Amino acid sequence: MPAIEENFDVCVVGAGHAGCEAALACARLGLETIIFTVSVDSIALMPCNPNVGGSSKGHLVREIDALGGEMGKNIDKTFIQSKMLNKSKGPAVHSLRAQADKAAYSMEMRKTLQNTEHLTIKQAEVSEIVTDDDNNITGVKTVTGALYNCKAAVLCTGTYLRARCLTGELVTHTGPNGLQAANHLTESLINHGIEMYRYKTGTPARVDKKSLDFSKMQEQFGDEKIVPFSFTTNPEDVQIDQESCWLTYTNEETHKIIRGNLDRSPMYSGVIEGTGPRYCPSIEDKVVKFADKKRHQIFIEPEGLNTTEMYVGGMSSSMPEDVQLAMYRTVPGMENVKIVRNAYAIEYDCINANQLYASLEFKKIHGLFSGGQFNGSSGYEEAACQGLVAGINAAMKIKEREPLILDRSEAYTGVLIDDLVTKESHEPYRMMTSRAEYRLLLRQDNADLRLSKKGHEIGLISDERYQWVCEKERLIKEEIERVNEVRIGANKEVQAFLEENNSIPLNTGVTLAELIRRPELDYDKLAVLDKNRPDLPEEVREQVNINIKYEGYITRQIKQVKHFKKLEKKKLPQNFDYSEIGSLRIESVQKLNKLQPLSIGQASRISGVSPADISVILVYLEQLKYTNPDLFYQLNGNEEEK
Amino acid sequence: MKTDTIAAIATAMSPSGIGIVRISGPESLEVIDKIYVSRKKDKKLSQCKTHTIHYGYIYDGEEMVDEVMVLIMKGPNSYTREDTIEIDCHGGVYVMKKILETVLKYGARPAEPGEFTKRAFLNGRIDLSQAESVIDVINSKNKYALSSSLSQLKGSIKDDIVKIREKLIHEIAFIESALDDPEHYSLDDYPEQLKTIVDGVLDNINRLLGSVDNGRILKEGVSTVIVGKPNAGKSSLLNTLVGEDRAIVTDVAGTTRDVLEEQINLDGITLNIIDTAGIRETDDVVEKIGVDKAKKYLQKADLVIYVIDSSTKLDDNDFEIIEDLKDQRAIILLNKSDLETETTVDVVKKYIDKPIISISAKHKEGITEIEDTIKDMFFKGDISFNDEIFITNARHKNALADSKESLELVLRSIADGMPEDFFSIDLMNAYESLGNIIGESVEDDLVNEIFSKFCMGK
Repeated sequence: MPAIEENFDVCVVGAGHAGCEAALACARLGLETIIFTVSVDSIALMPCNPNVGGSSKGHLVREIDALGGEMGKNIDKTFIQSKMLNKSKGPAVHSLRAQADKAAYSMEMRKTLQNTEHLTIKQAEVSEIVTDDDNNITGVKTVTGALYNCKAAVLCTGTYLRARCLTGELVTHTGPNGLQAANHLTESLINHGIEMYRYKTGTPARVDKKSLDFSKMQEQFGDEKIVPFSFTTNPEDVQIDQESCWLTYTNEETHKIIRGNLDRSPMYSGVIEGTGPRYCPSIEDKVVKFADKKRHQIFIEPEGLNTTEMYVGGMSSSMPEDVQLAMYRTVPGMENVKIVRNAYAIEYDCINANQLYASLEFKKIHGLFSGGQFNGSSGYEEAACQGLVAGINAAMKIKEREPLILDRSEAYTGVLIDDLVTKESHEPYRMMTSRAEYRLLLRQDNADLRLSKKGHEIGLISDERYQWVCEKERLIKEEIERVNEVRIGANKEVQAFLEENNSIPLNTGVTLAELIRRPELDYDKLAVLDKNRPDLPEEVREQVNINIKYEGYITRQIKQVKHFKKLEKKKLPQNFDYSEIGSLRIESVQKLNKLQPLSIGQASRISGVSPADISVILVYLEQLKYTNPDLFYQLNGNEEEK
Repeated sequence: MKTDTIAAIATAMSPSGIGIVRISGPESLEVIDKIYVSRKKDKKLSQCKTHTIHYGYIYDGEEMVDEVMVLIMKGPNSYTREDTIEIDCHGGVYVMKKILETVLKYGARPAEPGEFTKRAFLNGRIDLSQAESVIDVINSKNKYALSSSLSQLKGSIKDDIVKIREKLIHEIAFIESALDDPEHYSLDDYPEQLKTIVDGVLDNINRLLGSVDNGRILKEGVSTVIVGKPNAGKSSLLNTLVGEDRAIVTDVAGTTRDVLEEQINLDGITLNIIDTAGIRETDDVVEKIGVDKAKKYLQKADLVIYVIDSSTKLDDNDFEIIEDLKDQRAIILLNKSDLETETTVDVVKKYIDKPIISISAKHKEGITEIEDTIKDMFFKGDISFNDEIFITNARHKNALADSKESLELVLRSIADGMPEDFFSIDLMNAYESLGNIIGESVEDDLVNEIFSKFCMGK
């Protein structure tokens, strides 16, 4: 008998951005939930960059919010600067990014956790998962020997598993920020047949604001009109006084110091074994790989209101302390810089996420879910959205309900998870807008319209909030119809207006919609010509404008989505031996057997499975009608339900 | 995105009385309405009863293509259980191609090998016993289609496409990098730059499209090489094959030839036969060039016909050829069966496992057997059907036309002042279409290009 034995519905391991979302989702759905962390002071810690959002990551935060997650609300309460990126580009790539007050962000999230019913916070290192003979999860154990029985568990261990930090020759066996690493769980996972990877990432130094000369840098301001992340935040509440960031550059002198000391970088001396991300290269990587670049951008960003620490964005490094100091001091404005915390690289254990279903449940262990960097992703937002989905699906499993599976045409979250569980990856995965093939439909501005219904069905979005989304939908639809009907004649007033806006005068009358499509005009500008326009909220007007302006493109993508959905709906049998289908190539059989794709669509995205293989599987599925009618109707019955 | 209505030439690609172009899919009727004109110009076939046949003409816009009979079979009462149209036209290769091209232009896409049968099966038309063979067909044909489309693609054209794709992916990666890291990469003045690049690429694609029309992208037919030692009877074999009472397919325009080459047709299978110099060890410089060339052809051929003089014994030269043939599709002819035999079928069998036939080119004996063997190899899927080569060609053309369309959309978006992120969507479509030609999928090209060419991240 263990010294302590307690019972919960759900155990969440890790209280970073994934763990917090997972635990909140489960507790809010009424399940008794316990969340473990190696340090209660590090809940929702931001050990790397001090911001939330950014290109495509802003989309993820909006989606988290539309599904009933916490990240958007939390950053709205604690940001110190905000910017909508890509405002001059199309609506699909507009992306919100906010600088966070890190300490406040962490504290606010901790408060939310503390104030949530059914949620217990526990400082302990989880060292084992416990399963029964049928591979169902039954509990987790901590290093102290305590046993926590549960019906489902969610692993969100971030970068803590067997973590190792490197600064030049100095290696410490700690997690980020000098926190305690979790050294035991990996072994338990391996014993349960889980395949582990070892990844690497890094962070730059934090420097003292007082030692910087901002007169040599360019000031970077936030937006004049701030847009909140959460659809529930009142925009008036976020119009705050903002902090600035600062832009400066490396130079030849910086690069010379780096080149001269490459042999002391653990990356290049071979000490680091883990695979690092290509999109987030250390400054030594940038200098080596892009040798022709004379300078690299450096963003100096505040870490919070109550600290003088500044984040040196763009200069992550694993160089020894003395090299760091020397190279940082070559950067204009940093000649006398004092480093508060050194830059370091960190190595950690994570899993090959191909072992998961799209619900983020392990194929091998029923009731065990995982999210975040543990799944081989990188970034707070990527972690949070997975944590939310894993948490929701742990709850759905316990409640014996259908899992939440978002497909590639519904959400960036869907793209991210599908990529993780389907494709081969050898580096930490970061979201990018170019990964979303239907990005015109997956905009940050319509995340609520896309996902609130699901959030409501799950039980994380209130009736009231959902009703407003339905009402908004109706208003948008009606206004689009109206705008397509309104005729604008070629009269004097109209011609004068067009001339004023550098737009070509009309030859004959047109619909209002046609004028909205002109690049120099938009829905709001045309209000003066639109005599019977109803008074609509800004969020409705924005949708009307986008849907009309880009109608041609949007229609094309909707058509592509229809085709895509057809293949997603063709379900495949599970735990199936693909060698039974005689004519498949061996390479395909191996990959299909390992991955057990849920649908023809997913199968077609596995690298190495050819269109011919897909044809063969389709024919085989049809044969089932004669050879195995039970299975055939089971698969096709599912299809009709969807 | 192309519709899911497919079309193909259903009859053999050879000169014959009648040819059939078949269309199947939800938009079959829509397609035929766009191109069919009745004599009185008053009929819409979509309005006509199913299982009726109609006389009239196929038009590509203003241009009349052929006089035809059109058969309408509305689903589910058709082979594929989809709306199906059969256009009976004149049987010339040119006419059939032209009609298929017209059908493709107005909304269908070229059928994959075996696709009609596959659809028939998937729509519940064929029973289980036939299903196995469907899988085999899909498998063998796809294997072939891929290898042939690559090997048949003339080197320079493949290079062109690879270069165009490199250009496109670079531009896409640049746009995407700028979207991903807008504070780092600026797109100011970029649309003008991109316009120049796309204009250039479009010129190239138009040139390639022109060359498809001339049939220069692919050489139709199966490249067949006759090899053997001097005086084995290669030339007389060729003369016998060509001299028979068969249609000689006219040469494809623009094909350059530097050796003696003839085209013959065996029940719809076109063979491009190349006669080569006799292979033997030689010190004669000029002869040596001929011999080297013959060996090169042997390695590249789809089918090798190896002629042995059965009245002499096998020597080192023969063994050398036999060695070269091991990995090739080949048939072996023991010529001069009318003379006394020194080398028998059994002797040759000991050295190589290929079909062996005794013939007399001079007395035209065994010729039918050669033909049957070749046909057999085709129908078993060992060698290509030549309509597949045509299909490949049509697919290439379609893919080029698709990429052209996408690039024109890019130009329009630039002219309309659309935001830059819209450019990359159509550029990507063009990139994918071109990838279909050289058999390369997209997978992670873009992400790799972004990370390797543009310095990203904080």
